[in-house]
Amino acid sequence: MPALPIEDLPEKEKLKMEVEQLRKEVKLQRQQVSKCSEEIKNYIEERSGEDPLVKGIPEDKNPFKEKGSCVIS
Amino acid sequence: MATEALHENETLASLKSEAENLKGKLEEERAKLHDVELHQVAERVEALGQFVMKTRRTLKGHGNKVLCMDWCKDKRRIVSSSQDGKVIVWDSFTTNKEHAVTMPCTWVMACAYAPSGCAIACGGLDNKCSVYPLTFDKNENMAAKKKSVAMHTNYLSACSFTNSDMQGCDKKAMVWDMRSGQCVQAFETHESDINSVRYYPSGDAFASGSDDATCRLYDLRADREVAIYSKESIIFGASSVDFSLSGRLLFAGYNDYTINVWDVLKGSRVSILFGHENRVSTLRVSPDGTAFCSGSWDHTLRVWA
Repeated sequence: MPALPIEDLPEKEKLKMEVEQLRKEVKLQRQQVSKCSEEIKNYIEERSGEDPLVKGIPEDKNPFKEKGSCVIS
Repeated sequence: MATEALHENETLASLKSEAENLKGKLEEERAKLHDVELHQVAERVEALGQFVMKTRRTLKGHGNKVLCMDWCKDKRRIVSSSQDGKVIVWDSFTTNKEHAVTMPCTWVMACAYAPSGCAIACGGLDNKCSVYPLTFDKNENMAAKKKSVAMHTNYLSACSFTNSDMQGCDKKAMVWDMRSGQCVQAFETHESDINSVRYYPSGDAFASGSDDATCRLYDLRADREVAIYSKESIIFGASSVDFSLSGRLLFAGYNDYTINVWDVLKGSRVSILFGHENRVSTLRVSPDGTAFCSGSWDHTLRVWA
């Protein structure tokens, strides 16, 4: 896809592009925030039990655990 | 001639006012569906416990600011690039350097690991994106096998092996359809430059980090910002953001040398991590979510778990 040198276009052309783009964006199908937020919440709840950084990893299973028994950090 | 100029001005004026009207309409449409805040929906979700995350590995070797890093799919190798012109591949378990390439320029601002694990891509002030196949043959000169895959008219600030569908440009975050090359949605609620954007694990949302010291969550289906992660005490810009595996946590690196860990649902900060001695410039969670790595202007990378 050819790159457009936006800076070189005359003001009118830039405005035309902006108006066209805005017309498209206004027509977008949107959903209620409540519905979308529920879905995000459910997605997270289903998976956070298995999220290592959320539930923590027992030291012996942690691949990044310190080596050796005596650690000064 | 004068009438032509007048006509020209009228068209410009009418275009300007149409643009303003459309922007107003867009805001109206978005506001209509804003019936609740994300953290309200999450009120009854169990709060997160105390976090004990600390630096598990410190990767030292770069001679200057670390600008970018990426994880290999094998969850242990990391590629990092620096202002010192070097791109290094590390084994994060052992902290050994496995490969090092010297780029023909300093400020290697972007690097990425190929999904196959067999190559890395990087670029910066050389205006190119180059791919280096990784070889363990000591006789092979990595630099000799390099392949340039893209020429840009300016410096390379980010590269990724998957279709990078997002970019933050100035205060706007734009979502692009890679097939049509069109911008599908645009969000402009940050008050300053956006430094980092990252898709939410489900793909239905994304987070952004900005110089306005906030991180925000945008839902693509609601077509609006649904959460702001900020605190009065945080006044430095967020340079990089990434989600934990489930999307419950948002890790953000800041210019005040810290990393803040946010509860995505409740909007609260759950932890603040100290350790870096200069700006945090890049941050990525490992592919299996067991750790995350941060790179900093203090020349080091840290792996946290």
